[in-house]
Order: sequence, then structure tokens, then C-alpha cells
Amino acid sequence: MNQVLSFYPILIDGTITTIILTILGAILALVISFIVGLARISTFTSIRVLAIVYLEFFRGSSALVQMFFIYFVLPMWGIYFDALTAGVIACGCNVGAYGSEVVRGAVLAVGKEQHEASKALNYSNYKRYRYVIIPQAIPIMIPTFGNLLIELLKLTAVASLITISDLTFMAHIIRVQTALTLEPFLVILVIYFIIASVLVKIVDLIAKKFSKGRNIMIAGEN
Amino acid sequence: MYWSWDVAFDVLPQLARGVIVTIEATIVASLLAYVLGLGIAIIKMSKSKFIRVFVYWITEFVRRTPILVQLYVVFYVLPDYGIFLEAFTCGVLVLGIHFSTYTSEVFRAGIDNVSKGQWEAAKSLNYNTYQAWKNVILPQAIPPMIPPLANYLITMFKETPLLAAITVVELFRAADQYSNSHYKYLEPMTLVGVFFLIVSIPSAILAMKLEKKFKSNKV
Repeated sequence: MNQVLSFYPILIDGTITTIILTILGAILALVISFIVGLARISTFTSIRVLAIVYLEFFRGSSALVQMFFIYFVLPMWGIYFDALTAGVIACGCNVGAYGSEVVRGAVLAVGKEQHEASKALNYSNYKRYRYVIIPQAIPIMIPTFGNLLIELLKLTAVASLITISDLTFMAHIIRVQTALTLEPFLVILVIYFIIASVLVKIVDLIAKKFSKGRNIMIAGEN
Repeated sequence: MYWSWDVAFDVLPQLARGVIVTIEATIVASLLAYVLGLGIAIIKMSKSKFIRVFVYWITEFVRRTPILVQLYVVFYVLPDYGIFLEAFTCGVLVLGIHFSTYTSEVFRAGIDNVSKGQWEAAKSLNYNTYQAWKNVILPQAIPPMIPPLANYLITMFKETPLLAAITVVELFRAADQYSNSHYKYLEPMTLVGVFFLIVSIPSAILAMKLEKKFKSNKV
């Protein structure tokens, strides 16, 4: 165990890479979730169809395949990404597809009377969603987004397969260098668990803050 | 780089063999996930608080750590302790255990949905625990569970490419092997993606239909 812990510099590096991947991926996923999720309820058929194509494409094929496609196949068409960017794009686009369903579901869960009320106030479409519908939809989204965030963190481990030096990658290096097997993996499992538990706590706090003073039902998972 | 049908047809036989392994892995892993998940759900309803908390943290640990790392643990560590398993067995074990923590939530929710009155009714009919489960609780609890369980089946199917990392030659690794030996990346990887789309989109639609069907039955 001491032998593994003596590799702490690269373990810290790996942890940082994993956290960066998770944060950047989460930002991208969040943006995509809102764009695609709101596009799903657009009044224009063409936009809805585009959103469905995106959703089915990224939800339907495997994340690992998407990652390899972005990193190994796209360069053949002259589109180059470094490994970290490719990892962020793949993680973000994949989780964003799942997130769009969360956004759509939450927006649709806001009652009809809210739409009517904003119409009565003569709000424009943009104002209606910006000031009335989405603020009420966000608290419904948060718990499920929390689950997706954990899925995203777990997905970043897969990015080690496209040569990103994240925690999983570092564990491999330590395994090869020390010929120990159990210890390096045990250490990174614990690190992943700690990161995930911190994320769960943060999401819980955010959920509490948003639901404070509001009498809403928080949708549980699934 | 343009699409070449010659390459596509050349790689197909290898991919076909990979598809079989992928499907086998999905089926075996999902069966394991369902059985284990039900077991975990039942243990989680135990009267002892210690057992409940203990199982809760174990399942949370499995849920909050990446499948890939769990695969490595089983694949690389077990042989050190004299347990030699085939790569395929390792992969199926890990997938099954990982997703059993998800399916257990489905089972628990399904069982919780059966009202307390049903337990009391079973008791008043002098059923023992086994009979109550078999004749009263499970027949009511299972139908609403089917759509989410089907969704996890699709999810597991999409996670099988991870088994490639521990040398299981399933669809993804079959394509990767071809790519590496022929320096053709476009066709194999695209075909793999298309195959996943072909299988998972119709099954997702089917799962959605199931969901609607069971919802309308319930009311």
C-alpha cells in the first residue's frame, strides 16, 4: 500500500484530470440538455425532428463507441481534437442527450395554468419561459441532474481508453510499475467514491436551496 | 477518407461474431442483475437497521464508482488470489453486479407500491411469508416494474463495449481489432455505432409502449 501511496503525485494529477473532465463535461451536458430539451417542445416541426435525431443518436449508440469515433475516426476527415477535448465532447454530448429528457419532462410538468397566467399578463413566448416556466421547472430537474452527474463522473473513467491520463489511467501506470493489482485500483475506487459522494452532497444542498419555501413535489429518480 | 463498401463487407463476418458475444453478455448480465437486484431489494427491507445501512453503503459504493474500474479490479485482482475466471465471466459478473444496484431500486419501489393492506390480507388468510410473496405481493408488484427493467436491459446492452477493455472480443473489440490490423477506422466503428442504434432505438420505443400499457392498466 505504501508503494502505491508513494505515487501520490500522479494520483493527484489523475484526480484533477478526472474532476476537470467531469466539470467541463457537466457544463457542456447542461447547455446541450437545455438546448435539445427546449427544442423538443418547439412549435417548429423541423427543430423538434432535429432534437429527436440528436437524442436518439447519442442515447442509442454506446458512449465508448462515440468516444472512439470522435477521437479516431473524425481526424480522418480532418477534424482533430486532443484527447481531453474529445473526452469532454463525448461525455457532454452523451449525458446531454439524457439530460434533455429531464429538461423536457420538467418543463412539461409545469402546470397549464402557468402558461395561461403568463398569457393573461401578455408575456411574450421568451418571457413566458424565461420568467415563469423554467424557474419552476428547475427544482424538478435538480435531483435527476444529480444522478446524471454521477453517471458523467463514471463515464469519465472510460475516457482513459482514449489515452486521457485520468485516475483510471494512472492506476494502470501504477499497476504496471509496482506489479501490485489490488491496491492501486482500491485507492482509485475510494477516490471516485469520495468525489461522487461530495457531488451528491452538493446536489442535495442545491436541491434544498431551490425547494425552500416552495410547495412543490420533487420528482424522484425515474 | 471515403466510405468503402468493400471494407464494410470485409469486416462484417468478424463483427457478426462479435455481435453474438455482445448479445450473450447482455442476456447473462441482465439475468444476474435482476436476480441479485431482487435479492438486494429484499435484504434492504430487513428489520435490522445495521443490515439495511450496511447494504445501503455497499450498493452506493458500487453505484458511485465506474464500471470500467470495477472490471479491472475483478479481471486483474482475482487471479492474484488464485481465482481464475474467463474474461467473459468477469465482465458479465461486474455488469450484473453493477446494475443489480440499479434494478434493486426498481424492485424496492415496486414492492413498496403494493399497499400494506395486501400484507394484512395475506396474513388474515393465514399465508406464510413465502406464500404471501408468491401469491399476493409479487403478482401485483411485478407488472409496473417491467418498463424500467427493460430500460436497464437497454442500458446494459450499451455498456457491453466496456468489456473490450478486459479483452472480451465483443462487437466493439472485434471492430477495433480489424481497425488496428487494416488501418481502416471509419467503416468498422461506424458499423458498430449503427448496430447499436438499430437495436436500441426500436427497443427504447418498445419500452415506452410497455410503459404506456402498464400505466393505463393501473388506473
